[in-house]
Amino acid sequence: MTYISTLFPAYAEIFMLIMLSVILVLDVVVPGKTRTMTYLLVQVTLLGCSLITVATHEYGVAHLFNNMFVDDLMSDVLKLLTYLSVSMMLVYSRSYLITRGLFSGEFLSLVLLSTLGMMVMISASNFVTLYMGLEILALSLYAMVALQRDSATATESAMKYFILGAMASGFLLYGMSMIYGATGSLDIQTISNVIAHGTPNVSLLVFGLAFLVAGLAFKLGAVPFHMWVPDVYHGAPTAMTMFIGSAPKLAAFAFVMRILVETLQPMMIHWAGMLMVLAVLSMAVGNITAIAQTNMKRMFAYSTIAHMGFMLIGVLSGSIEGYGAAMFYAVVYVLMSLGGFAMIMLLSREGFEADNINDFKGLNQRSPWLAFMMMLLMFSMAGVPPTVGFYAKFSVLNAAVQAGHIPLVIMAVLFSLIGAFYYLRIVKLMYFDAPESHDKIYVQPDSALLISINGLAVLALGILPGALMSVCAVAVQQSLLLH
Amino acid sequence: MIFGYPLLSVAIWLPIIFGLLVLATGNDRNAPLARIIALVGAVLGLLVTIPLYTGFDRMTSAMQFVEMKEWIRHFNIHYNLGVDGISMLFILLNSFFTVIVVIAGWQVIEKRVAQYMAAFLVMSGLINGVFAALDAMLFYVFWEAMLIPMFLIIGVWGGPNRVYAAVKFFLYTLLGSLLMLVAFLYLYLHSGGSFSILDYHQLPIPMDAQILIFIAFFFAFAVKVPMFPVHTWLPDAHVEAPTGGSVVLAAIMLKVGAYGFIRFSMPIAPDASHELAGFMIALSLIAVVYIGLVALTQADMKKLIAYSSISHMGFVTLGFFIFNAYGMEGALLQMISHGFVAGALFLCIGVMYDRVHSRQIVDYGGVVNTMPVFAAFFMLFAMANSGLPGTSGFVGEFMVIMGAVKVNFWYAFAAASTLVFGAAYTLWMYKRVVFGAVANDHVKHLHDIGAREILVMAVLAISVLVMGLYPLPLSEIMHASVNDLLVHLARSKI
Repeated sequence: MTYISTLFPAYAEIFMLIMLSVILVLDVVVPGKTRTMTYLLVQVTLLGCSLITVATHEYGVAHLFNNMFVDDLMSDVLKLLTYLSVSMMLVYSRSYLITRGLFSGEFLSLVLLSTLGMMVMISASNFVTLYMGLEILALSLYAMVALQRDSATATESAMKYFILGAMASGFLLYGMSMIYGATGSLDIQTISNVIAHGTPNVSLLVFGLAFLVAGLAFKLGAVPFHMWVPDVYHGAPTAMTMFIGSAPKLAAFAFVMRILVETLQPMMIHWAGMLMVLAVLSMAVGNITAIAQTNMKRMFAYSTIAHMGFMLIGVLSGSIEGYGAAMFYAVVYVLMSLGGFAMIMLLSREGFEADNINDFKGLNQRSPWLAFMMMLLMFSMAGVPPTVGFYAKFSVLNAAVQAGHIPLVIMAVLFSLIGAFYYLRIVKLMYFDAPESHDKIYVQPDSALLISINGLAVLALGILPGALMSVCAVAVQQSLLLH
Repeated sequence: MIFGYPLLSVAIWLPIIFGLLVLATGNDRNAPLARIIALVGAVLGLLVTIPLYTGFDRMTSAMQFVEMKEWIRHFNIHYNLGVDGISMLFILLNSFFTVIVVIAGWQVIEKRVAQYMAAFLVMSGLINGVFAALDAMLFYVFWEAMLIPMFLIIGVWGGPNRVYAAVKFFLYTLLGSLLMLVAFLYLYLHSGGSFSILDYHQLPIPMDAQILIFIAFFFAFAVKVPMFPVHTWLPDAHVEAPTGGSVVLAAIMLKVGAYGFIRFSMPIAPDASHELAGFMIALSLIAVVYIGLVALTQADMKKLIAYSSISHMGFVTLGFFIFNAYGMEGALLQMISHGFVAGALFLCIGVMYDRVHSRQIVDYGGVVNTMPVFAAFFMLFAMANSGLPGTSGFVGEFMVIMGAVKVNFWYAFAAASTLVFGAAYTLWMYKRVVFGAVANDHVKHLHDIGAREILVMAVLAISVLVMGLYPLPLSEIMHASVNDLLVHLARSKI
């Protein structure tokens, strides 16, 4: 019993695993096409995990399993936001998936399994744990994309996702092995100590670092490792796209923090330059290519690439301020991305995907409220105040200015101007154009409520961004300083 | 808090709240209700700003009616409001025009009435915020936020080419704003973590940084003024905007850019302002002369007034960058006067457009025969636009020219040419549209303006005349602030 009580920092993960197994078994015996019971159980699990994460929170940093696992404020905050976004994603996608026959027990279990993977990633304090979490997440995502077996595009994109993802994992492993060769450890703290105080082989380290950064760029979808993003976003069922585009970005942020900042902080001069190239290319390719897209999901894919580039600016600023800003950016991005994909699903019906940008034509005449919500989301993605997207960009740029990267900031600003164009085009389609169809839009009450909360949150957080900003800043600060 | 409530906050948020109320009335079945709520909101919005005038201390150049609350602690951003003799007048102007615009759109706007009225009310509140903000980030938020309703106004209720105009308007202004944001971030870093505009005024900045800051601000404000050569969005936006949009654009939105120069560019980077004054004066004179000539050739009335606006705003920037009291006060008076005159002219064109659905000069002729009352008002505003003494248009232009003479005779010479060109393009248009024989059936079947339109026109006409004959109530308000600004500008900050 005493051993179990020492595991308390990992209670949330353990609870998740138990519930996952229970749900997996239970789903076989529970009948019904809508999976209401399983669905509710999944939501309860996420709620339970949140409560456990809050209850087991302690000031400071707790290590577990021989330093394989860490529980700090950053991991707690990121996990809570992960539960929230997974739960939102389930509410949004439920009726969409039911009408397509995809709302199965397997889907729900995969969602929980990938959530577990994200939790492990977020709390990893050793390269092995990090990799393990990443693979749990990635393998569940491959399966989720492929869940729509009769769709050729979904299968194709699952294949692409798998092959490129496996390659990225290979890169990461190779990089990790190089670091291991140079420092003789896989433990994040030990590696960081050896690099700072010992005499590791620097060329070996930089060699490994290059592979690690490439692997990270793959997972984040940063240019030039972005090729999978548009195809997977486009091909996967929208609910899966939404999932890939939301919570895993938080985990990916944690991944970047754990590897580049906590482990390889002394190597910053090396990785900051690499990230700068990635950031500028991502913003350029993402924003410019998005203009040419006529498919909403592809457009969001390129917009994601651009957003990830922007987030990297915060990381490469190399200050606590910058990491906090990057975290804030990631959180805000997830909120906007959930809303954006939700809108596509809300407009879709049985046998019809509203994923062409023309499907948004005249939305203001069909449903002024949904159009208003979408407008808030689009302006937020473009970074126009008074929406929260502005503060995300603002805090990242502020960190970059403080780090002295003025030319980078000016470039970022110009690319977000280009980016504003395609978000503006959606607003234009919704408000200035006549609708192509006058079909009534039927929205489930729970989705309707949630999209309203989501849209208004973008506005409310834009008017009062202070609290969330401080949470992110404090979380990063505590995790880094107490280590 | 002299009146027991935070005046500026009310001036900002009351129109916005009413805007949301109007929006809540929903679709066009409730249009009459939406109109009434909008009018109540606009009138109340005007009434709450009157204490700003009556309670204003004319002796001091310090900020008044100050409100200060912490907003975003992490970045030391404050909800900091206050007005001086310069910004207060524009809040009044803006609140006044909101009422005018609501009345002007009363019958004309038939589709999506609630959204139209709401957009104007929300924008009115945001513009008040721009003028009252003393924190750079607060300013930026209001500044950017007001783009959104304007974008929708042009795009939803505008003319045939509205989408192009709306997007052009948005992207042009966004480019300038983003560069301004970079300047703010630099200043934040340089000042040791402050976003207070008044702190920035006192902050010593090296010359090369001042030049860069000036250029960044220049992009933001020159686009809004608009100055030559970044003016090309304005004719498009004006032509495509509905009448109300044009009025607000001309009367208020352009002033925001000029206001930026005297609140940010000049006091924050005074040495760079002196250094680059020649450049600014050159651009201003090009606007006055060249754009005046461009206006002469326009066939579209709205486009003509749009170019005339650019030309008149050239006077404003000229007045700023000659650094003397005549120029500065003249420029400010010119801003207010241009607000009334251009606003009134766009309303006049709107009156004709509502009846004939054309803005082309050739489609008119002999309007005086069918609309005598209207023609009389139109005449007055046209005269004011060409700077006739006795109207408000004369005061500002004359003062700026006087100020310019003191600096360089040729500046004044070039600027004074507007008295010729301005009269030429305005009165020539007026002659072609109003005088002569009845040109066609459309004009023949025109009916004169009704009580609602007469009310709007009369209020504007009285304002134009009063300002022209007795501008003291305005100039005495701005006097202390202008003198303080000039003293500040004379000191080096390097």
